[in-house]
Order: sequence, then structure tokens, then C-alpha cells
Amino acid sequence: MKSLKLAALIENLDQFISFVHKCSVECGFEGKKVMEIELAVEEALVNVFNYAYPGGEGQVEMRCALEEGKKFVIEIRDKGIPFDSLSRPDPDTTADIENREIGGLGIFFILKVADEVRYGRNDDTNVFTIVFLV
Amino acid sequence: MRPEQILDRALWLLEGKERRGDFMKLNVKNEEKGTLVSVTGRMDAVSSPEFEKELGRLIDEGNVNFIIDLTELDYISSSGLRSVLITAKKLKGKNGRILLASLQPVVKEVFEISGFSTIIPIYESVEDAMAAL
Repeated sequence: MKSLKLAALIENLDQFISFVHKCSVECGFEGKKVMEIELAVEEALVNVFNYAYPGGEGQVEMRCALEEGKKFVIEIRDKGIPFDSLSRPDPDTTADIENREIGGLGIFFILKVADEVRYGRNDDTNVFTIVFLV
Repeated sequence: MRPEQILDRALWLLEGKERRGDFMKLNVKNEEKGTLVSVTGRMDAVSSPEFEKELGRLIDEGNVNFIIDLTELDYISSSGLRSVLITAKKLKGKNGRILLASLQPVVKEVFEISGFSTIIPIYESVEDAMAAL
């Protein structure tokens, strides 16, 4: 298992994406799949950057591991306020330009590209898990 | 980019860590029928605000018809879509138009999953988009 822990700031997004890019390539993913992994991770991290620490700062940790040789498991952990992004409603993808809402797509994308997505809270830690099958 | 961000990236490079060429570059060209904006790189949560800002500036200068050439755009996240939508909403208010051209497969997929492909016109090539303007 590899991990990277940095301040939950948008400035650090790139380091996290580089990290998961490297991990996913090492696990044998390539091309479009790597992009989808980066997309899921960006969306999950941006939620943490925006919502986990209202009015303050905190850290976020990303862990990557290959389990049973076939599951690429990414865990995003933060000690922010309880935030289950999976409990939000889907955006209306049929709305026209005037009525289309600006937000809400992040979690929607994660659910579309990943094979498994889980949220859990351990004591004071939000644990968001994204799994891609090799 | 702020000076400390530039320094950060430079240090990152010097440390020999892998970089993926993630800057976003915009190239603006005034064509007869409208403004052609070519986007290179990635539209993610860090770079998309720049896109939104630049398009906003061009709109303020009186440009209302845009073709966005995405031939060299390798990646887009919801932040990128958000910037495109905000721009499209602004243009709707001015009876302007925004057309997207030459999307790479992974970018096209993002537009399709989100339903954006039905509200923002997408063309195979810049020529097709020009013809439609």
C-alpha cells in the first residue's frame, strides 16, 4: 500500500493526481482507464477540499493498494465533518441550459467510472473508497 | 498561476517526480464567423477557472460566437464542464453561441455521461463547427 498525505487544498490536487497516475500504471492500467481513475480521484478530492473543513484547514490522505491481484483500491481519508457524498441526489442530466444546475456531477462521475464506491466513517475519519477492477 | 505555485512545480520537477504535462493553454483566434479558442492540456479543478475567466473576458469584449477546439484537450473533469456551462449560460443571455469541436474519446465520454452533449453542440471538426455558425 502506498499513501500520500497533504493539506486539503486545491493547490495539492496535482500531486495527488500524479501519485494515483503512477500507482494505476504500476498496476497495469493504461490509456482511457487511467484517465477514468484520475477523474474519479479528482472528483472525490475536490469534494474534500470544498466541504471537509469548513472555515478551516485540514489534511487528506490517499492510499492505493492492489488487493487479491485484481482490485485497485483507492481510499481517501480526511478528518473533516461527516460528509457522505453518496447520499446526495443525482443531477438532472436531461435539463436544458437554463435549468441545468452548476454542481452535483462529481459523485455522479465517480459512480459511473468506478466498479465499487463506498463511504464510511471511522471515529473521526471520513473514508471514501473507490475500487477499479484490473 | 501564483508565484508560489510556479516555485512548487519547479521544485517538484527538480525532485524528479513524474509529471504528466497538465498545464492548460488557450489560443484565441478571431475568425470571420466567430472566435476560435483552442484548448491544450487538461481542464481540471485547477485550470478550469482560467478557462472561465478568459472566456468571460472575451465575452466582455463583445465576442459572442465561440468555437472551442478541443483537439488537444486530453482530460476534463466536472470542474471543466462547470466552466463550459457557466460560459454557455452567459452566452445564452447575450444570444451568443458556443460550439465544441474535435473532442477526444475520453472527453466526449464525459460530455455524454453528464448529458452535456445534448445541451452544448458538439462537432467532429472545427470546419464542421464553423459551417454551423
